[in-house]
Amino acid sequence: MSSVLYDAQGPRAKRRNILFNVLFLVALAAVLWWVFSALDEKGQLDWVKWEPFFTGTEAWTTYIWPGLQNTLLAAALSVVIALPLGAVLGIARLSDHAWVRVPVGVVVEFFRSIPVLVLMIFGLALFSEYSNVSSDDRPLYAVVTGLVLYNASVLAEIVRAGILALPKGQAEGAMAIGLRKGQVMRLILLPQAVTTMLPAIVSQLVVIVKDTALGGAVLTFSELLSAANTMSSYYGANTIASFTVVAAIFIAINFALTSFASWLERRLRRAKKSSGAVLKADDSQIAGAAGTGTGGSI
Amino acid sequence: MFDFLQDYDLLGAFWTTVQLTVLSAVGSLIWGTMLAAMRVGPVPLMRGFGTAYVNIVRNIPLTVIILFTSLGLNQTLNITMGAKDFETINFRLAVLGLILYTAAFVCEALRSGINTVPVGQAEAARAIGLSFSQVLRLVVLPQAFRSSVVPLANVLIALTKNTTVAAAIGVAEAALVMKEMIENEAQLLLIAGVIAFGFVVLTLPTGLILGWVGKKVAVKR
Amino acid sequence: MKLRKVTAVSATVFALALTATACGGDKNDDGGSSGGSKKITIGIKFDQPGLGQKTPNGYSGFDVDIATYVAKKLGYDENQIEWKESKSADRETMLQRGDVEFIAATYSITPQREEKVDFAGPYLLAHQDVLVRADDDSIKSPEDLNSKNLCSVTGSTSAQNVKNDLAPKANLQKYPTYSACLNGLQNGAIDALTTDDSILAGYASQSQFKGKFKLAGFKMTNENYGIGVKKGSDLKAKINEALEAMVADGSWQKAVDANFGPANYKNEPAPKVGDVKS
Repeated sequence: MSSVLYDAQGPRAKRRNILFNVLFLVALAAVLWWVFSALDEKGQLDWVKWEPFFTGTEAWTTYIWPGLQNTLLAAALSVVIALPLGAVLGIARLSDHAWVRVPVGVVVEFFRSIPVLVLMIFGLALFSEYSNVSSDDRPLYAVVTGLVLYNASVLAEIVRAGILALPKGQAEGAMAIGLRKGQVMRLILLPQAVTTMLPAIVSQLVVIVKDTALGGAVLTFSELLSAANTMSSYYGANTIASFTVVAAIFIAINFALTSFASWLERRLRRAKKSSGAVLKADDSQIAGAAGTGTGGSI
Repeated sequence: MFDFLQDYDLLGAFWTTVQLTVLSAVGSLIWGTMLAAMRVGPVPLMRGFGTAYVNIVRNIPLTVIILFTSLGLNQTLNITMGAKDFETINFRLAVLGLILYTAAFVCEALRSGINTVPVGQAEAARAIGLSFSQVLRLVVLPQAFRSSVVPLANVLIALTKNTTVAAAIGVAEAALVMKEMIENEAQLLLIAGVIAFGFVVLTLPTGLILGWVGKKVAVKR
Repeated sequence: MKLRKVTAVSATVFALALTATACGGDKNDDGGSSGGSKKITIGIKFDQPGLGQKTPNGYSGFDVDIATYVAKKLGYDENQIEWKESKSADRETMLQRGDVEFIAATYSITPQREEKVDFAGPYLLAHQDVLVRADDDSIKSPEDLNSKNLCSVTGSTSAQNVKNDLAPKANLQKYPTYSACLNGLQNGAIDALTTDDSILAGYASQSQFKGKFKLAGFKMTNENYGIGVKKGSDLKAKINEALEAMVADGSWQKAVDANFGPANYKNEPAPKVGDVKS
């Protein structure tokens, strides 16, 4: 791989490079060795702590799978509700009427500036005081409420940015052939914007999946992370092992999602003409424009 | 109506939130810049490490990372962050966890900033004989920083909100105090309103000011 | 150009499909709470070995055995019981809202709680105690906890009790779960874990911890475990009868032996119903 940031390497640079490689490898190995020896010394690598995950399926069927199901359920519900809501809010924010645009703008900015955790805690208290949702479902409802309110606002911004990023000529041309405002949005702008927004939307899914864990840590939602807690009390406080397994599952799910997002992006980029010389063109411009941070939202 | 607020150290809680935010912001800016440099640099192993780090860390829930700092780093590796009592240790561990997590996003924001620097800039810099670190330090990064002010501001806002996750290891910041208040007091909507107001006050100006700064310093092309 | 069209179409379809499912997306509440005539819902802990623990073979522990016996006396078979997790902070709310019929989850009878719910029992007298490493002889009295690393769970009052009354200089760490404390105790980052001795005994008797931990035996407080029911519920009298029968026919002792036996936990004799020790 060649980069424009440094020259093709001559013999001296190559030697220096090898030296850096070796030094870095040594440093990395030293840290890893230190971590492993400390873990080993504290008995964290004992087979008895890890055994439940490798022998038999008990740990998986009793704890992990039900937890994972709840994680995925909460994430899926949030996506399914937040996506259309976000689209509506995003479009409403582009409205010609100030009485639509301004209140929606306030709502979107408000929910974007409040932590999801605060929204979840509030949701839980709200459901237990003012609704008759059963205690089984209350944490799920609270988690989904928090995730929907926050992510719908973020998705609204993605949608808005996606539409704004389209060339002006598209809307003007559509109006020139006599389409009404709704038609312009529905037939011309949205179909094109959805294409460019797709990578950013998929990255937002990663955020949703990750944030379900808040429900397990602070509310009493029995998702993957809290399954790890129940599990570690049964298997003799193998907390580190349990959390490692849970983290690995999260990484696997989210890595699949991010890979899908960047695959989509590459595909879309290939379909379009590049708009200018950039150093390395493998980052989402739309995510930056949408104000959600680039290369995956936070 | 607001009487009960006096029973809780709400200002102290938000002060903790601010401290968590500022310390983590500085730390993650430094570590994130180093990661970005590794990712675009000539040393293959560092490039691999940078990529792996970003891909792993940004896919783990922050909650898990924060719990890991306490259970793994503190309990198992005996890292006490130079403190003795658990209150201080937990606070510092939370800062460390937030830095480790946020740096991955700072790195990505910077990388996207680097992408906006025209190829000619780097080529010209190399043509006058600058080394990689000089190209990066003197030519590319200064421009990259200027064009990534807005993405970085978004990371900062997200960081401010993410400090609430420190509640998972018992750091007494705003979200933990809110939970306590809800358990003991009846005025749910009022409590939620006060906390929400606090965060709006913290994050909205950040966005507005840095958005303005971003426009101001953007490299005109 | 063609590809772009295809992507756009598929994206629109995708978005539409999501919109369509959104209408039916709300999880319908198929009423898990009262569950008809032939089911009884009981709240227990899911993460306390020896008392109430979710295991691959169902639920086990002393609380579970008590609850099963009581349910049988009330006319429900084992397979008609629906177990529900009731975390400490949720217990009063769950009873008040009728989410569960009764709760047997290390539920100490206290005057504050009695204002909100009614208690049957007590069925066990436990004491606040500390768990230390088996080879640690430095903690002989609660005062020795000064300058030690003491652990408990968030929302628990036991740790605060120790800090307020007995060992003000104790370095207090709060984790979300007891497992995290135990892990720290095993690692040496924590010196003592404090809560009810019955709970501690349950952890200490796990096969993974054989011979690693011991109870200090301080008996710092009295914890009268009762069965929580809704305020004014007629279940209280029936459960009290069931508890008396359980002690009388020896099932109580059997449950104690089965769950606390391996822990070498010297439990108090069965308390008389209504005899709440302060």
